[in-house]
Amino acid sequence: MAETSQIPRPLRIVLTRKRFMVRFCQHSSKLVVVTSQSAEIPMVQLLNHEGEFAPTKEHQVYEDIIRGLRQEDFLKFYRDMARIRRFDNEATALQRQGQLGLWVPAIGQEAAQIGSGHAVGPNDHIFPSYREHGVAITHGVDLIQMIKMFRGVNHGGWNPHETKFHLYAIVLGTHTLHATGYAMGLRFDGKVGTGIPDNDLAVITYFGDGATAEGDISEAFLFAANHKTPQVFFCQNNQWAISSPVESQLPVPIYRRGEGFGIPGIRVDGNDVLACYAVTKKLMDDARAGLGPALIEAFTYRIGAHTTSDDPSKYRDSEEVEYWKRRDPLTRFETFLRKQGIGQDFFDEVEEAGNKLATEVREATFAMPEPELDAMFDYVYSDPHPVIEEQKAWLKGYEESLGGHTSSDQGDTPNYGGTR
Amino acid sequence: MSNLVELSIAKAINAGLRKSMQDSDRVLVFGEDVARLGGVFRVTEGLLDEFGDQRIFNSPIAESGIIGTAIGLAMRGFRPVAEIQFDGFIYPAFDQIVSQLAKLTNRSAGHLQMPVVIRVPYGGGIGAVEHHSESPEAYFAHTAGLRVISPSNPNDAYWMIQQAINSNDPVLFFEPKRRYWQKGQVNLDGAAMPMHQAVTLRQGTDLTMVAYGPMVVTALEAAEIAQSEGISIEVIDIRSLSPIDFGHIVESVKKTGRMIVTHEAGTFVSISSEIAAKISELCFYFLEAPVIRVGGFDVPYPAAKLEELYLPDADRLMEAVDRVMAY
Repeated sequence: MAETSQIPRPLRIVLTRKRFMVRFCQHSSKLVVVTSQSAEIPMVQLLNHEGEFAPTKEHQVYEDIIRGLRQEDFLKFYRDMARIRRFDNEATALQRQGQLGLWVPAIGQEAAQIGSGHAVGPNDHIFPSYREHGVAITHGVDLIQMIKMFRGVNHGGWNPHETKFHLYAIVLGTHTLHATGYAMGLRFDGKVGTGIPDNDLAVITYFGDGATAEGDISEAFLFAANHKTPQVFFCQNNQWAISSPVESQLPVPIYRRGEGFGIPGIRVDGNDVLACYAVTKKLMDDARAGLGPALIEAFTYRIGAHTTSDDPSKYRDSEEVEYWKRRDPLTRFETFLRKQGIGQDFFDEVEEAGNKLATEVREATFAMPEPELDAMFDYVYSDPHPVIEEQKAWLKGYEESLGGHTSSDQGDTPNYGGTR
Repeated sequence: MSNLVELSIAKAINAGLRKSMQDSDRVLVFGEDVARLGGVFRVTEGLLDEFGDQRIFNSPIAESGIIGTAIGLAMRGFRPVAEIQFDGFIYPAFDQIVSQLAKLTNRSAGHLQMPVVIRVPYGGGIGAVEHHSESPEAYFAHTAGLRVISPSNPNDAYWMIQQAINSNDPVLFFEPKRRYWQKGQVNLDGAAMPMHQAVTLRQGTDLTMVAYGPMVVTALEAAEIAQSEGISIEVIDIRSLSPIDFGHIVESVKKTGRMIVTHEAGTFVSISSEIAAKISELCFYFLEAPVIRVGGFDVPYPAAKLEELYLPDADRLMEAVDRVMAY
């Protein structure tokens, strides 16, 4: 990108924060400083910051993919981005009001999630980390499932066979191996490279910049390369691993992480929904066709906190956040749509739909039944297990001895056997 | 019906794996060096020629990756049998086993089943270097969501590996490596005993001796010595370490009133701790003496020149017998 000269002060702070990992390399016959954050690194961008569709010649293949879309696809992208933004804000509010134990906002990462999510086929499998609410809605996952999990009703509980969107993985990087194993299975099942319509499938797995430090991700790269799995590794580089800036942990840019394993990588502007869509679409198609795994680094920014328990003001400059707020993926895409002649009515309608969703989420949260007291014993094993049955029976007897309530749906007051 | 053949434990596991792979083409075998070499103990020898490299293949030397991909394959509907080459190499996979494999059925509210078998050659007595002689079974028995079993003889090895593969839950299958070459009769047509059921291998009236895996032979040896001294020991092979067939042990202890539990692992917070606690709870009025545990010491598994001192042998068991009988 030729935007180095335009970089405002806050990002310069980021760029000069190359405490550990400065690398000098020969590039285009001149010596340039490359850090994992460097804006010198080329990335696929189709929508420029002014919201104009301005792909470069070398990105013709991605441009063609976008030119194959219809206007209703663009509107769907925007609707979903706005929808997940509204949902995120509502969930954060619910956490602040004590209705959720924790919330993990994805604000700022909507383009990366909605763009890539829509590029995944209906029968492909998605292995998310824990911030992929946006990807979830592209595959029809009921958002209340996420609320349920962060409210502490269960640990997830949706059916990955049905949604193709797997459970949230809280231990970072672990799920990339599950994705790779699943993709190995696709190969064993003859679901790759046949060219038979609707037969070939691929897998996509999401993780963040912080997670790339986990050994499991390197092992996933290795197994994927060895088995030439139909798989895309999608890293959302939101630049902060809680309080650690990405360049303090990564010696080379993330998109190059797969090179040593023989996995090609590409950096995409993670705040450009069209670029995220096109690049993911291309690489998922390639994976299905049997060309093997690929790595995408979506260069984006976590505008919000790591979680509602985090206080980013302790470790990052507000100017840096303001800089990225001005690069809000929704604003950029809205500008594009308006330039395409989409009128205010559409945006009003989207806002109204968002408010309706927020109300529904709020009401569903308040109406959500508490789990049965003995729910913890369910599904520990698939086959019967004597210890579980014994302890479940014991708890039931114990609770009955205290007055017979068998559900925690009794408010916070313990019942010690008195009349209720 | 019986179709008896004499096999070593290693060959019996091999035969059991072959049978499972023949029964279902969803059964996959993988791990370090399992394919052409047949594993460092040759347990998977010959399977590559029979089933091909899509059914049995070598994994990179990456234990977390082995178990993590096994989980993904199970999600795809396979029944993976993953080998961890040695007991002491299982720890890089610890998170994938205890936080992923063990919990995914629960996390998914039962939508995901995890029929994954992890084969682990375990225990000492082979003069090996560090990390090749450990007994890490208690870590896994402690974890909800896992099943942990260990055969002590060829017939059990043949049947239990097949039962583990048929289980819809993850099973840690601990193979007593110093007994791999121990031979015995395998009944290929027999009806298998349930996977989690304990078995009485020797009847006795004075004392119950509970063992599993490599220590079963030692317990039987001690019982023989005790017999010559006029003490009648009942030997139970629990076979399953999680869950444990306490009913079977309780029946025996109610009869004998005395119990010794033995294993190679150090005794602190071990399988024998659990058995001793449970038996003192369930058999309090039947016990004539405290439950005595005989295990390895609570030290890192020692260098090979010292392992004979570390491993409980028949003499150490007899020392415990004397103490228990003195009450």
